[in-house]
Amino acid sequence: MASVTRTRTEMADVAGAWVRRNVWTLGLIGLLVVFLAVTKLLQPNYGPAAIQGLAIAILPIAFAAVAQAIVVISGGIDLSVGSMMALASVTSAVLMKGQGDLFGVAVVAGVLVLGFVVGAINGGLVVITKVPDIVVTLAMSFVWAGTALLILNTPGGGAAPWLMAIISGPLGSPWLPKALVVLAVIVGVLWIPLRRSTLGLTLYALGSSPLAAFRSGVAVGRTKIIAYMLTGFFSALAGLALTATGGVGAPVPGSYTLQSVAAIVLGGVSLAGGRGGVLGPIIAVIVLALVRTDLFFAGVDPNWSTAIQGGILIGVVMFGSLVAMRKVRA
Amino acid sequence: MIDAAPDLLLNATDVAKHYGAVVALRSASLAVRPGEVHALMGANGAGKSTLVKILTGGVRPDHGTIDVRGKPFAAHSPTEARRGGIVSVYQEPSLIPDLDVRSNLRLTRTPPDAVRHWLAELGLPDLDLASLVRELPLASLRIIDLARALAIEPDILMLDEMTAALPANLTERVLEVIGRLRGSDRSVIFISHRLIEIGAVCDRATVLREGSTVGVVDVTAGSDDRIVALMLGDIARGGPVEAAQASVRAGRAADAIPRLTTRNLTVGTKLSDVSFDLYPGEVLGVVALEGQGQDELFDVLSGSERPSGGELLVDGSARSFRHPADAIRAGLVYVPADRAEALLMQRSVRENIALPFTTRFGAWGPIDVRGERRKVDGAIATLQIDTRAAGEVRRLSGGNQQKVTIARWVAGGVRTMLCFDPTRGIDIGTKQQIYQLLRDLAGAGAAVVLYTSELKEIQLACDRAIVIFGGRIVAEIAVADADEATLLRAAYDLRPEELMPEEVASAGVAAEAAEAADAAASEPADPDLGAPA
Repeated sequence: MASVTRTRTEMADVAGAWVRRNVWTLGLIGLLVVFLAVTKLLQPNYGPAAIQGLAIAILPIAFAAVAQAIVVISGGIDLSVGSMMALASVTSAVLMKGQGDLFGVAVVAGVLVLGFVVGAINGGLVVITKVPDIVVTLAMSFVWAGTALLILNTPGGGAAPWLMAIISGPLGSPWLPKALVVLAVIVGVLWIPLRRSTLGLTLYALGSSPLAAFRSGVAVGRTKIIAYMLTGFFSALAGLALTATGGVGAPVPGSYTLQSVAAIVLGGVSLAGGRGGVLGPIIAVIVLALVRTDLFFAGVDPNWSTAIQGGILIGVVMFGSLVAMRKVRA
Repeated sequence: MIDAAPDLLLNATDVAKHYGAVVALRSASLAVRPGEVHALMGANGAGKSTLVKILTGGVRPDHGTIDVRGKPFAAHSPTEARRGGIVSVYQEPSLIPDLDVRSNLRLTRTPPDAVRHWLAELGLPDLDLASLVRELPLASLRIIDLARALAIEPDILMLDEMTAALPANLTERVLEVIGRLRGSDRSVIFISHRLIEIGAVCDRATVLREGSTVGVVDVTAGSDDRIVALMLGDIARGGPVEAAQASVRAGRAADAIPRLTTRNLTVGTKLSDVSFDLYPGEVLGVVALEGQGQDELFDVLSGSERPSGGELLVDGSARSFRHPADAIRAGLVYVPADRAEALLMQRSVRENIALPFTTRFGAWGPIDVRGERRKVDGAIATLQIDTRAAGEVRRLSGGNQQKVTIARWVAGGVRTMLCFDPTRGIDIGTKQQIYQLLRDLAGAGAAVVLYTSELKEIQLACDRAIVIFGGRIVAEIAVADADEATLLRAAYDLRPEELMPEEVASAGVAAEAAEAADAAASEPADPDLGAPA
């Protein structure tokens, strides 16, 4: 690369380009600030304790959103995220109950490996059988959910005390919950190097244009399997977070899969693949949680509040597409 | 014909490939010397694209040997083909739209400095490597593709129709750069529909016909004719024209109002300035090589796409179609080559035939069952559709499916039918029936536009033919003169001196006008193309 000294206008151009490319995430941060302000208005004594509660509550779904984001960026989708979470949660809870700290660490490592393996099975089936990914992962969601129930058919087991300790309470300032720090560190340490690596490029390439990726020398099948493995890995993290936040294993998947899809869509990941990141989906998870909180504080019937969340999801995505269309025309 | 093997950079001999019973390549050979630009030529279906796929690692040959620099070449993917020394540039860009240019280079491990050097050589010195591919104009992407391939410094650079939609000034630049590669120890395999480009940069040309290599020609001033003759084979001498049919079709009232008129029809950069008249009782043939704008023309006429300029008149009054339903209402019905585009494959023959006219005036009321049955029966009888498997259209043979796509429109009464390669991939017997049907429709006063990739169909079914090249009409040929050789020469935009003395003047003017307009049109690289929504 030619070594050019950048003038001020060039710097401005670079900054402008950065803003243009991250406009969705920046908009979401704005939305987050708005909702925080609304929350404070509705509930004047909303403070550090509530923030900590929020951070702990969103931890599992935030990991699930990262898991879903990775596979969707690479052009697939995984409807078994929730079931894989349940599987990871019960496996960790059953193994950790009444064991020492060191064994707990081994269990965590083992469950993460399990996540890779389960994801590899999902991805392998998609690549080998050529059955559409949405069908394979829907079917596998039943398989993993069933397996989780075989391991533990009612909530139970236990979590190692250290696992619960690292996500509860604040770190330094009372405004900074440990759960948020854990989320930021894990995602930052894993995702940032991944995104900059050739593997990260191939994930985006595959999702953006499978034909162009193939012609550029991307091993399509292998990359797809790796994407599902990463999704399995982050789903396992989400399952561990479930165990850590609840203190027991949760064998029933709940609505995490669909919540993860909602979060990535709101977070600016294109369902067609190739576009988006993981920061957007994480912020989207927080926004969606705040919406629920605000509607609760405003005294809205909880059944209505889920309907309103759905409306907000459609509204925001529609607004975003309108803005994007304007930009193309301009 | 074949040199001593050690001298050759690429030596492919007796390469064959079957797909089931279909022979895509019978016995192809290709010998490329170091430092030469070698053209690979062949008409549609000659096996050119199969050979390209084998050389790029997309397809494995059934037998035959391929050596690059004396070493056996066997690739299962573009990466392996590259390792074996062959890098390709295609007609459509192979860059990832959602990554910036630099990331795309990183993906293929291409040094950016070398790419910058070639970008400058190719006339894009100021390209910002941080630009997102999706935001760049299409022409720039092709240039980046080529610069990337050149930077890899492959033994053999394969350019597969890469100039097909490049503006004239960039094409010139590309040809100049390719020309400069001659005489090095690397070679270029150049594939183009434009004989003028072959003449400009190529040293030799290998010609394929029906899956076999039929000749290798040294490219010189007069070699174009020889290449075309080789592509055509026996038919180059021209079979007897079915003059009897032509004479039947001659009568057209001089004062008749055209059923369909286009004036200066333009679609982006794909179709420019297309004007023709179509009269009732006439079958107008359209001839073009692949991707010359015929798809856009039919999209506009059938209401799927709106033209960016020009006029469309039906029965003398101007129309603008927003939706295929508008075209159908104006009496323009469309028969696509891909039957899956037109039919409800899981539904019955009857439902498929009835669909267009029940949606037309069925409105919301109950379907007139008896009237529907009468019309459907009529159409089935007219087209002699084999109804033994009528329950689901997808179980019919290709020929019968195509008959159903036509029957849908015949049942409701046809005024103007637009047929896009309707006989593609169907058996000869059904083809004959379709030609006869088109003639019968014309005889009953309908007007038909027939695009066909099989040149001999023009004389079997049409009254006259227009030839499109590079988005423009370059020739109009009466059926009596429209033998395959003439059509193919016209399709390659060659001036038909010997064959049609009386048309030399007009064709020459048309070609010059086209060139001039090409040059003018190429100045602004169309920004629309670079930013798909």
